[in-house]
Amino acid sequence: MSAGDLTGPGAGAAALDPWVQRLAPTLHRLGVSKGAETRGGISLIGLSLAWLVFAVMLFSNKGVGFGTIIYALFGLGLALWMLRVLTDGRRFVIALPMIWLLLFFLAPFLVVFKVSVAEQLIAQPPYSPLFTWAEGKLQITAHLENYQFLLEDRFYIDAYWTSIKIAAISTFLCLLVAYPMAYAIARSSPAWRNTLLMLVILPFWTSFLLRVYAWIGILSNNGVINNFLMWLGVIDQPIVMMQTNFAVYVGIVYSYLPLMILPLYTTLEKLDGTLLEASADLGAGPIRSFLSITLPLSLPGILAGCLLVFIPAVGEYVIPALLGPSDTLMIGRVLWDEFFTGRAWPIASAVAIAMLLFLVAPIMLFRNAQGQTEEGR
Amino acid sequence: MRSGSFLLIAASLGFLFLYAPILSLVVYSFNDSRLVTVWGGFTTKWYGEVFKDTALVNAALVSLRVALIAATLATILGTIAGFVLSRFGRFRGRLLFTGMVTAPLVMPEVITGLSLLLLFVGLEQATGWPAGRSATTIVIAHTTFCLAYVAVVVQSRLAGFDRSLEEAAMDLGARPLKVFFSVTLPIIAPALISGWLLAFTLSLDDAVIASFVSGPGSTTLPVEILSRVRRGVSPVINALATLIIVVVAAGFLIASLMMIRAERQRRRDEQKALTGK
Repeated sequence: MSAGDLTGPGAGAAALDPWVQRLAPTLHRLGVSKGAETRGGISLIGLSLAWLVFAVMLFSNKGVGFGTIIYALFGLGLALWMLRVLTDGRRFVIALPMIWLLLFFLAPFLVVFKVSVAEQLIAQPPYSPLFTWAEGKLQITAHLENYQFLLEDRFYIDAYWTSIKIAAISTFLCLLVAYPMAYAIARSSPAWRNTLLMLVILPFWTSFLLRVYAWIGILSNNGVINNFLMWLGVIDQPIVMMQTNFAVYVGIVYSYLPLMILPLYTTLEKLDGTLLEASADLGAGPIRSFLSITLPLSLPGILAGCLLVFIPAVGEYVIPALLGPSDTLMIGRVLWDEFFTGRAWPIASAVAIAMLLFLVAPIMLFRNAQGQTEEGR
Repeated sequence: MRSGSFLLIAASLGFLFLYAPILSLVVYSFNDSRLVTVWGGFTTKWYGEVFKDTALVNAALVSLRVALIAATLATILGTIAGFVLSRFGRFRGRLLFTGMVTAPLVMPEVITGLSLLLLFVGLEQATGWPAGRSATTIVIAHTTFCLAYVAVVVQSRLAGFDRSLEEAAMDLGARPLKVFFSVTLPIIAPALISGWLLAFTLSLDDAVIASFVSGPGSTTLPVEILSRVRRGVSPVINALATLIIVVVAAGFLIASLMMIRAERQRRRDEQKALTGK
């Protein structure tokens, strides 16, 4: 089952190789086939062909003749590619999760984009098709009004801005709470370390929704905190905490705390204790040692933790919906309301695409940070 | 040691912050008063109400079914993905592959939910499948995001173990598939179990994605809970929450203890094999 073991149907696919080899320099220049053998080029081309066709198929809203051609082309591309894959065990193994993720993770974004340039209709589904097949011609109708609408209406810009601000502040607060905890766990004796780590992970396994819900009982006007303070006599009017941004901060910090602690712990645990001793010997105080040794060395963990909190927090729905104010909305809630309450699928899609465009950079950064810790191991 | 006591206080407060809300849920589930936050004496009646509530029980059954299938599928695909990431070195499309495995970990749920729903609607228009939203579409959605978590767990486990064992098996003439099933798989089995459990709880917990991709008749427990808690605090939900927390905590503790024991056993075995005793 090795790459050189091409017999039977594989030989047919190999006959296409000269064509691939001619394309190879171009692909190299494009950085597509960096460091891989040219023989595999057919899989790339087959894959892209299949995907192009499949994408078009998704975009098209049926049409006699057109659909048939699309299916045939898609089938051909898929068959060519499968031929290659089935004759090579290694490639087959890669293909299984790859196909699943392409189909159910990447392709959906194409569909979102398609719907975001559609016009809202009162129909099922409630949007206009991108491709239509009329009078023997393929017609592409893209509507950019949705994006224009997002840019012109203060409501959406405010919602984006609020989300980014709230996510950034909560991420910072989360880091402040998590750092001493991670540090304490990393410095504790090995016997305690596992127990403490388990205590950090356990809440992450119990329902996120219910943990957010618990805060309603604590923060509301007749909730635990207000009842306690009034019983003490510190206040005689309840402090309004529910449906404020404060509640959202608390909710995000609380829910995402384990996700911040774990990467921090991983880098702090690897920290060489002798460096701190050396710095103490040279006369540095604990604060100086922390700022010039511990903090810089734990930067990868800080970065990974912050991204792990910041990115999902920008699009968070449950926390602002349960704890947040109803006047300043976060973008996740706007998307939800547009989709479910307003049935405005094109607008909701445009909101999602705009959010994704903003998040692409942090997501890439996160992928690289993950890659680095991978290599560091 | 001033910095030591600062750490101790900060960490204790941190753990208090993590557990106080959970504790308050548990305490108030025994509260004999409709006004959830006013203490009206001890009762266990809300637990009876949970099981009398057919909507909740049905939703829980749907959730369990979905989570069982999704976690199993995610474990199979995620294990393969984790194996590919840590053992296959460079291959065409690796960048895309790692991107698609890590991105679901941080992707906001509303985006994942919306994009999958639109995919399903588009697919249904083009091919007639899937016919409407059902438990099947929830399974597909959950498998996709749980897969990423399993892959990360398996990958870190594979990175931590000695590759020479696989190489030795290969030198002795075992084919790659045989090596995987008789050497690699038994070693990473604890990671598979914890990966499956993680996928299972993540699937049981998801309200947002399921709200998008579920149809009538396939309401999952979190979707049902979300629609109820938006109307305010309810003692029945508190009781349900306590039940869920107890089950999850017990499962988690048992699984962790088993994994720690398995790990010790493995270390002893390796030690024995190395010293030849």
